[in-house]
Amino acid sequence: MKKTIITVVGKDTVGIIARVCTYLAENQINILDISQTIVQGYFNMMMIVDTNRTEKDFGVVAEELERLGESIGVIIKCQKEEIFNQMHRI
Amino acid sequence: MINIFEVAETNEMIEKENLDVRTITLGISLVDCIDADLKLVNEKIYHKIYDAAKDLVATGDYISGEYGIPIVNKRISVTPIALVGAAACKTPEDFVSIANTLDKVAHEVGVNFIGGYSALVSKGMTQADEMLIRSVPKALASTERVCSSVNLGSTKTGINMDAVKLMGEVILQTAEATKEADSLGCAKLVVFCNAPDDNPFMAGAFHGVTETDKVINVGVSGPGVVKTALEKVRGENFEVLCETIKKTAFKVTRVGQLVAKEASRRLKVPFGIVDLSLAPTPAIGDSVADILCEIGLEHAGAPGTTAALALLNDQVKKGGVMASSYVGGLSGAFIPVSEDQGMIDAVTAGALTLEKLEAMTCVCSVGLDMIAIPGDTKATTISGIIADEMAIGMVNQKTTAVRLIPVIGKGVGETVEFGGLLGYAPIMPVNGFSCDAFVNRGGRIPAPIHSFKN
Repeated sequence: MKKTIITVVGKDTVGIIARVCTYLAENQINILDISQTIVQGYFNMMMIVDTNRTEKDFGVVAEELERLGESIGVIIKCQKEEIFNQMHRI
Repeated sequence: MINIFEVAETNEMIEKENLDVRTITLGISLVDCIDADLKLVNEKIYHKIYDAAKDLVATGDYISGEYGIPIVNKRISVTPIALVGAAACKTPEDFVSIANTLDKVAHEVGVNFIGGYSALVSKGMTQADEMLIRSVPKALASTERVCSSVNLGSTKTGINMDAVKLMGEVILQTAEATKEADSLGCAKLVVFCNAPDDNPFMAGAFHGVTETDKVINVGVSGPGVVKTALEKVRGENFEVLCETIKKTAFKVTRVGQLVAKEASRRLKVPFGIVDLSLAPTPAIGDSVADILCEIGLEHAGAPGTTAALALLNDQVKKGGVMASSYVGGLSGAFIPVSEDQGMIDAVTAGALTLEKLEAMTCVCSVGLDMIAIPGDTKATTISGIIADEMAIGMVNQKTTAVRLIPVIGKGVGETVEFGGLLGYAPIMPVNGFSCDAFVNRGGRIPAPIHSFKN
């Protein structure tokens, strides 16, 4: 399974999760895990998703999510899971 | 499964602490381009490099996008040109034509530097070696992206003092040939003792003759990450300090290993090594000198600097070695002056001298690096500084290097601006006493004894 980590950071507002999840659902991207915290008034969310079934290229998904983030006023980043596994697991 | 705090830590390193992969360097053997016909040599070199490296930059950018980690430089290193051109080149100008070919193909594939305009003369110079060395000023003045290096000594062979003398002159000629650009040519020219075959960092990268046809070597960075980690253990003892550096170096190096493996897979080129270097940039917060300050010094250069650097260098290696399957290159903390804001500040404050930098090079990679000196420095004085640094490398069985920039028309108290990653530097004073008679003796210094180490 190709796992991707999506992070969303920004000012908290209504509907952030809803809009991100809508985009993922429309693109056949399955959410495996979500965690979310508020740090110093800032919304901080991490999603682990499975991108196996989406037809879009990784770069396209990353760019579309980035633009969605801009429209909500948050920063959305997409990264392959390996960089975190490599760094934090032996 | 990965948790939100781990993800946040990684992204904090990338976004706020300048964690990046400093370079993916594609090593390409040009041994099969050797021919007696110079035109053919140039054609073969062009095609071999173009075919091997045409996808390098795009692949680097793609990996960077997938993992969200900046890959700052994509570069190429080639077989030392003194070997490749030996059969065809009859004059230094012939070698310059190869430099121009390297520059042209570097522009076309989009890499920012190509290294390997080099000669390995640690014991003696062939005619071709000497011609290449004499062509360096013109080659560096007429190209933009070509980097040159010369290996002048090794622990096994001793130091080639004839070549050391010649390089003092060549460095000054290179400064003169590029004086309109503040002697920038010298920033792309480095001399070594014990030069490694698999160094991915410029200006000293070349593809050694012991290497396979093509290879991917990766240089990691991350002084800012180490500095930030150390801020959290202020006042703690050396055990805690060292453990913190080790763990951080491990994390940084793992990213390099991941990128190296991925680049190797995508380009279908074998993975060579990860170079575990702490490489600073002029950006604020990306400084090795700042780590030394965090360890407890007012400025780099204060008493204690050599010890602090020794422990930093050692812990970086201890943490990094386990994080990568193959480690090589220079692997250690770099202490260039112009490329490190903390070093520049230390020189400006009067805390750091050329002599202290020399002491520091005994315990870290690599050497006297990116140091601007007065333009009227004598060639023999430059050779004397080089000889000292080569001796440190030879006796201590380590790589040492010298990259000095005599800035023509400028003196102590002035600064010189190189721009970009090369940064800017205050011009440092050089000991003015003569070493003419020493340098002019000629011949070579014998290899040191390898036993009786006391």
